Amino acid sequence: MSMTMTQKIIAAHCGRENVRVGEIVMASTDMVLANDITAPIAIRELKNYGFGQVFDREKIALVMDHFTPCKDIKSAEQCAETRRFTVEQNIRHFYDSGEAGIEHALLPEKGLVGSGDLIVGADSHTCTYGALGAFSTGMGSTDIAFSMATGKTWLKIPSALLFILKNKPGKWVCGKDIILHIIGMLGTDGARYKSMEFCGDGLKQLSMDDRFTIANMTIEAGAKNGILETDNQTVEYEKPHRNTIPCKVSVSEAYESIYEIDLSTLRPVVAKPHSPANICYADELEDIKINQVVIGSCTNGRLSDLVTAAEILRERHVHRHCRTIIIPATQKIYLDALRLGLIETFIEAGCVVSTPTCGPCLGGHMGVLAKGERAISTTNRNFIGRMGHPESEVFLASPAVAAAAAIAGKIVPPDNI
Amino acid sequence: MKLTGKVIKCSDNIDTDVIIPARYLNTSKEEELAAHCMEDLIANFSEIARGAILVAGKNFGCGSSREHAPAALRASGIICVIAEDFARIFYRNAINIGLPILECLEAVVYCSDGDTLELELSEGTIHNIMNGDIFHAVPFPGFIQEIISEGGLMNMARKCTEVEGI
Ligand code: SF4
Repeated sequence: MSMTMTQKIIAAHCGRENVRVGEIVMASTDMVLANDITAPIAIRELKNYGFGQVFDREKIALVMDHFTPCKDIKSAEQCAETRRFTVEQNIRHFYDSGEAGIEHALLPEKGLVGSGDLIVGADSHTCTYGALGAFSTGMGSTDIAFSMATGKTWLKIPSALLFILKNKPGKWVCGKDIILHIIGMLGTDGARYKSMEFCGDGLKQLSMDDRFTIANMTIEAGAKNGILETDNQTVEYEKPHRNTIPCKVSVSEAYESIYEIDLSTLRPVVAKPHSPANICYADELEDIKINQVVIGSCTNGRLSDLVTAAEILRERHVHRHCRTIIIPATQKIYLDALRLGLIETFIEAGCVVSTPTCGPCLGGHMGVLAKGERAISTTNRNFIGRMGHPESEVFLASPAVAAAAAIAGKIVPPDNI
Repeated sequence: MKLTGKVIKCSDNIDTDVIIPARYLNTSKEEELAAHCMEDLIANFSEIARGAILVAGKNFGCGSSREHAPAALRASGIICVIAEDFARIFYRNAINIGLPILECLEAVVYCSDGDTLELELSEGTIHNIMNGDIFHAVPFPGFIQEIISEGGLMNMARKCTEVEGI
């Protein structure tokens, strides 16, 4: 029977040879994740239903990243509640300010998630780990409480769309442009309840950081999960922590639809307010003035994103009306950037460099927008009010396009800088 | 169980950032969340929501996984959300916390803002008492019905762990 990469991983986690689209199975979980916003609700559910113990203290990761270092008393209370729980339950993987980073950059970096795994998280961007050839998906707090208690989750077997990436992308085209292009093609519900699977020669041209960006934003097309074929780069990435379990597309019949994307034809993409599917090319926009630039998040706060931004910002200065905020996604990325001299470049260019946090991505802190303000951001959502005032606007783009906007004070293609 | 309420109509792709903006997620207290539910879209929502039925288009509840979204709708007094279809995480969350939801394209097309609907949840029937229209929602799959009849997912977890002795 022909199965997709996703279906094979789920089948392996419920002790089956085959699974069929639409059936519901109980699968075992390798890692269960929650953060400072979603963990407290899950913890209360466990307590309310009398679960004295989690299923496995090694297989739960709790990351304090959204409003941390805590921005106010209420967010501090949420972290305190989670911290008490981790002490009580002796949870091994608890990451707080100083140790933490944005969860979806942190877990792969620490080797806590990887190829062949089945991961559930109380955060919609849990789908990021598909870049390593894992099945991973976001859920709500009660579903996560269920998994924390039982080590299991119920899943409806999804059908799948296959994306065959071909050829080499141009200099300023990265993972962000590819996934925005695809979301624009499908719409925000085009992959609802489905898997998005990626393969092809074009994939080999993309760094692991680009691959994380692609998997990360599959939820923006409504997908249950995104998953990429593994190759030598995956093996290299996973080497310090584990051996890669190969993940390959075997038969095209397993897919509902197949799309070929010629990466060499893409140009830098921008998603206009208020939908990640509302896309155009950066060179089609004229005179879109920008008040704030954000380069960071679980989508584009990794080292290669910072390297690209620095390439554009080096020996230049940001526009005087354009506040520019750079947020390395983890402490390790921050340190690597420091050692490479990128942080110096950013500060000399007039940027703010922040400790790792989700911060402005969800309008939490560290760069909230006022009424009528407009930002360009390397994050993943530009819904109404996402970064602050309901009458502010967010444009989504790659680190290259965002850095170019920081210099120009308006949206321009990076080539124009 | 019969439920009766007035329709509040909204569009396609209502995301969880609009249902409860992230700036209020420094708490999970439901009454605080309810005070800000949908405020970026319908400024007086907290005044009109009690006892109302939200009728939306497709992909309701897309975006973030925050369970605060169905919790805020429930706490603000919404008795049921009817949509053409739901984003998958919202769908799971609503079932898990017991916010009634129904999938019904016809109801979305033919009901207007301010109509009064009578719902029979167990049968999935939607009766528009303004004009007599009757619609039937898509029935829940068997497994979801089991979760509902067990009294929620966590009761099911109890059963799982008792059976397997985890
Ligand atoms: S960076 Fe943004 S999208 Fe990513 S986990 Fe944090 S809030 Fe969510």
